[in-house]
Amino acid sequence: MTPLLWKDYQKEVPDNHYFFVRSCIRQTFFPGAEAALLDILRNSLGLDIFEDRRHTTCTGIAYHCDLVPLETIMTVIARQLSLMTEAGYRHLLVSCVTSFGIYLEMLDMWQHHPEMLEQTREALWKSTRRTFELPTALVHTSDLIYHLRKPIADRSPHRLVDKSTQRALRVVDHVGCHYAKIFPAGGFGGAEFPSVLSGLAETFGGEMVDYPERRHCCGFGFRHYMLQENRGYSVSNSRIKFESMEAFAPDLILTNCPGCNMFLDRWQYTLAEMSGKTYDGEGKGIPVLSHEELAALMLGRDPWTLGLQMHQVQLEPLLDKIGIAYQARQKYSMVEGVAGVPREPGVLKVSFE
Amino acid sequence: MASLLSQLKDDIRFSEGLSACMNCGICTAVCPAAAYFDYDPRRICQLVQTGEEQELEKLLKGEEIWMCGQCLSCKARCPRGNVPGYLIQSLRKLSQQSGLFIHSSEGRKQIRLKRRIGHSILETGYCVHPLMVEPETHPEQGPVWIWALEQGADLYRRCGSNYYGEGEGGLRKMAPGVLNELEAIFEETGGLRFWEAIERGAEELKLNQES
Ligand code: SF4
Ligand code: SF4
Repeated sequence: MTPLLWKDYQKEVPDNHYFFVRSCIRQTFFPGAEAALLDILRNSLGLDIFEDRRHTTCTGIAYHCDLVPLETIMTVIARQLSLMTEAGYRHLLVSCVTSFGIYLEMLDMWQHHPEMLEQTREALWKSTRRTFELPTALVHTSDLIYHLRKPIADRSPHRLVDKSTQRALRVVDHVGCHYAKIFPAGGFGGAEFPSVLSGLAETFGGEMVDYPERRHCCGFGFRHYMLQENRGYSVSNSRIKFESMEAFAPDLILTNCPGCNMFLDRWQYTLAEMSGKTYDGEGKGIPVLSHEELAALMLGRDPWTLGLQMHQVQLEPLLDKIGIAYQARQKYSMVEGVAGVPREPGVLKVSFE
Repeated sequence: MASLLSQLKDDIRFSEGLSACMNCGICTAVCPAAAYFDYDPRRICQLVQTGEEQELEKLLKGEEIWMCGQCLSCKARCPRGNVPGYLIQSLRKLSQQSGLFIHSSEGRKQIRLKRRIGHSILETGYCVHPLMVEPETHPEQGPVWIWALEQGADLYRRCGSNYYGEGEGGLRKMAPGVLNELEAIFEETGGLRFWEAIERGAEELKLNQES
């Protein structure tokens, strides 16, 4: 048997100068997460992160719903890379895990089938008169946050520790399937030793729990979530995960994929309403955060500007444990004054006195 | 007309997806779709490996190829380096291109998906955006989502989003020139022709129902 070499599970991440591409799902459900990521990288850490307003969806969700031919998505990706090239960047920073998998896949195909790269160059030129260079680094935003975890922790006023008891908070992670299952060498820890989130949580003082279904898919299923009548697939697979993590009484579920972040939040509400069960024993559900949301909280960003009121499982129990101060009255106030508050679910508890 | 097998072989995902399956069933063991549906990627690999036209046609007309959730967990695990998830992509493509997809109820759902997500790409530049996630068809999004949509720009802008506004940032409105480029790419690379094949299937279904 070949011995395991730890360096095979590491990844080179450049320190600076990135061209950033957004995620459809993150922009839709967690708009504050991408805003916070850019704020942290640019303003807290002084990095050069460039965004071109002409970049679009990578079409990855449609591709995995089998609605977009390979040649088409390849050329859409090539167009994104042409914007990167035009701006003078060679490091690509990707917000979405589906997109990240798509970029890895296209680069791999171009490497192994150079004729496809030539066909793509030709198709892009014919359709848009654009040319492109390949990136020298392909980095998911969770890679970069992990890479920068020490400088972030150094600037952080908080730790993942229960302030009143000094107990390390228990964290379960869910790494999006397309982060490292398709191309294990493209992610920290590969498919076997997921470390991109656990390393982050541990740096902040949290205790990682390696629950049995840690590597199981959240159940997005692309077409299955997009079709209302197929959504049982999605909730059932998330349920497998919740059932598996329940015994460890986690304080937090940490994710790096926007879809997983949304599903692991929303399906807890759905399962509570369907079956009366929550997985925390108190009826409140297990709070879910993505890597940027966690980093932003640790750095003392305001939870409501971060958009945490857009989660269905409420974050206050976690904020209280960590000792993060927040203004309850600001939660639902808007630019234009105080707005109404969301209706309370039947089972999942969302207000705490 | 070229055989189904030779058409499959034109798709690189077919050759990348299946070389020599040894029927071990590891893919099925890790597969979330196999845990939920009556679906067995190992069996599909075996069937395709026989290369028999009749079997292939049955597969392309059937429900099973539509069960895969495209998580690609199988890619990480197959000891032979096969990727049942890629194989499925090639089968689904041919099923739609050849019109055979209309024979299965799961296949027919592609028409709805194409009109929804496909069209969204060329109309907005996004696969998914908030106004697409209507609370009526997304009860799982919970009361918080109804509230979020009611607040709209007010809430999203508070969180740093541009929410369908002109200019920079998250959820910005794409300029017409950007959408034109996307459409030109779809035209040049066969994306629009592929959608026409799906619509031809829809048309055939309509005719069948009328007669
Ligand atoms: S894991 Fe690979 S070799 Fe085993 S049944 Fe699946 S495709 Fe075949
Ligand atoms: S990609 Fe499809 S076949 Fe492979 S494990 Fe995921 S659901 Fe199963």
